[in-house]
Amino acid sequence: MVTESDESRRDFLTLATGAVGAAGVAGAAWPFVKSWSPSADVLSQATTEVDVSGLAPGQMITVPWQGKPVFVLRRTPAQIEAARKADSEALPDPAKDADRAKKPEYLVLLALCTHLGCVPQPIGTGNYGGFLCPCHGSHYDTSGRIRQGPAPANLPVPYYEFKDEKTLVIGKV
Amino acid sequence: MSKIMEWVDERLPVTELLKSQATEYPTPKNLNYWWNFGSLALLVLIIMIATGLFLAMHYKADANQSFDVVEHIMRDVNFGWLLRYAHANGASFFFMVVYIHILRGMYYGSYRKPREILWWFGIIIFFMMMGTAFMGYVLPWGQMSYWGAAVITNLMSAIPFIGEDLVVWIWGGFAVGDPTLNRFFALHFLLPLVIFGVVIVHLWALHAVHSNNPVGIDLHDEKDTLPFHPYYTIKDLYGYGIFMIIFCAFVFYAPNFFLEPDNYIPANPMQTPAHIVPEWYFLPFYAILRSIDFLGSFSKLAGVLAMVGSIMILFILPFLDRSPVRSFRYRPLSRQLFWIFFVDCLILGWVGYNPADAAIFDGALPLIIVGRTCTAIYFGYFFLLWAITAFDIEKHQPVPKSI
Repeated sequence: MVTESDESRRDFLTLATGAVGAAGVAGAAWPFVKSWSPSADVLSQATTEVDVSGLAPGQMITVPWQGKPVFVLRRTPAQIEAARKADSEALPDPAKDADRAKKPEYLVLLALCTHLGCVPQPIGTGNYGGFLCPCHGSHYDTSGRIRQGPAPANLPVPYYEFKDEKTLVIGKV
Repeated sequence: MSKIMEWVDERLPVTELLKSQATEYPTPKNLNYWWNFGSLALLVLIIMIATGLFLAMHYKADANQSFDVVEHIMRDVNFGWLLRYAHANGASFFFMVVYIHILRGMYYGSYRKPREILWWFGIIIFFMMMGTAFMGYVLPWGQMSYWGAAVITNLMSAIPFIGEDLVVWIWGGFAVGDPTLNRFFALHFLLPLVIFGVVIVHLWALHAVHSNNPVGIDLHDEKDTLPFHPYYTIKDLYGYGIFMIIFCAFVFYAPNFFLEPDNYIPANPMQTPAHIVPEWYFLPFYAILRSIDFLGSFSKLAGVLAMVGSIMILFILPFLDRSPVRSFRYRPLSRQLFWIFFVDCLILGWVGYNPADAAIFDGALPLIIVGRTCTAIYFGYFFLLWAITAFDIEKHQPVPKSI
């Protein structure tokens, strides 16, 4: 004969077995999910050193940093002035040019469009004298700020510092 | 022979299955040639799996090698060029056939009661086809491969809060790279087999409710039907013949017609090509994504939602169409809307093919305006179809009583 306490005992055992089973499946699935995350060799941090002494005013180079392109532009006075002037305009993603360039002469940008990650065209393209992304038509100005198009944010400025007058170090150890 | 089959049938009823599902399966006798495209899709799926399997025997997924390996297949492997061109063009033809298949379903009301589940599994197959085609396109590791992968995976970054982490997880790094290529190869191998499984469920759902037909009325008795074999097997085979002639014409005489020349340039993570466009079969959806650019910082998320929504909306199509009549043949208003929708899709594709900042009529009409209008018309179709049927605006023509 099955008593009421037997039944609740069986219910409990069924539930407990189910819970352990579910936890086990979740635990077994986790290594599969986690195997997609960046592996140790990818995670090893990288810094990139760039010699900027050879850059003429208005010249731009693209350097790889952690597999991503970084624009280093030595701006002309006109480009700096255009960037400063736009500080007071209504920007989609407000930012001061002075906060984006440690030395006004050098603009360092992570060159991945904040929309869907394409590399914008070099300096002097698009409607604001800056960068035009060919994929979905986002326009950036001479400070790398978004001005027009579907991208939601300015081109990010990666961490960088000047080791000396001519050597720029991108990234942090 | 019959003795052997008897022995087998007692243990595994093969004959019974063949009879009920193929040879004696009752099919409406008035099906037109638009009903050929389902079996054509199956043919292309088989071509894709066969050529894909044999390509995989020579391919290597490695960011440093993949581009050269595809060239090795083209030059050194016996008939490698044929396998590769058949596979690449096969993808285009797969979408062509499936688009006609979907439009046929939309025109003749094949999504309607009692075929909703059949329709839903079709959309699931379509979704999986798009994912599979996308991941396959990444494998040659050309410029289009790389930047297509970057853009499509970046779609996930529009998801609030978890988007950025999700993209890094999908990439297996901080940019599209070797780990991404490897996992896409693995999934590109797996997904077609899953598609094959879902196709079986699609056919199961079809055979449970039977085929729709151009008149769009239910089957009454045996007079309305013919056995599938030999009447429709031969009709499908005829379609296969026509299809193979067109397919081979492209494979042998214009093998790069559907391909983008930029994908013959090895992937360069430092430079996006100036003229980047997706494969033609993604263009209308790409145009919808790009048309949403007027919402400031919400544009990115809204564009992604609109693009996904343009396919997801097909799921509720069976509930939007409230007409008492199934086939558009007897629904004059619906028919007009359908053709507007069809032309609209073509224009969307053309908008997607052109650069984002292009303009027509000597710059008087920016293409982005055309794109926004066509996006509105695309979604408007579903709304209007609901409106004219729900409020009984459409007066349908007389429907025949029997097939």
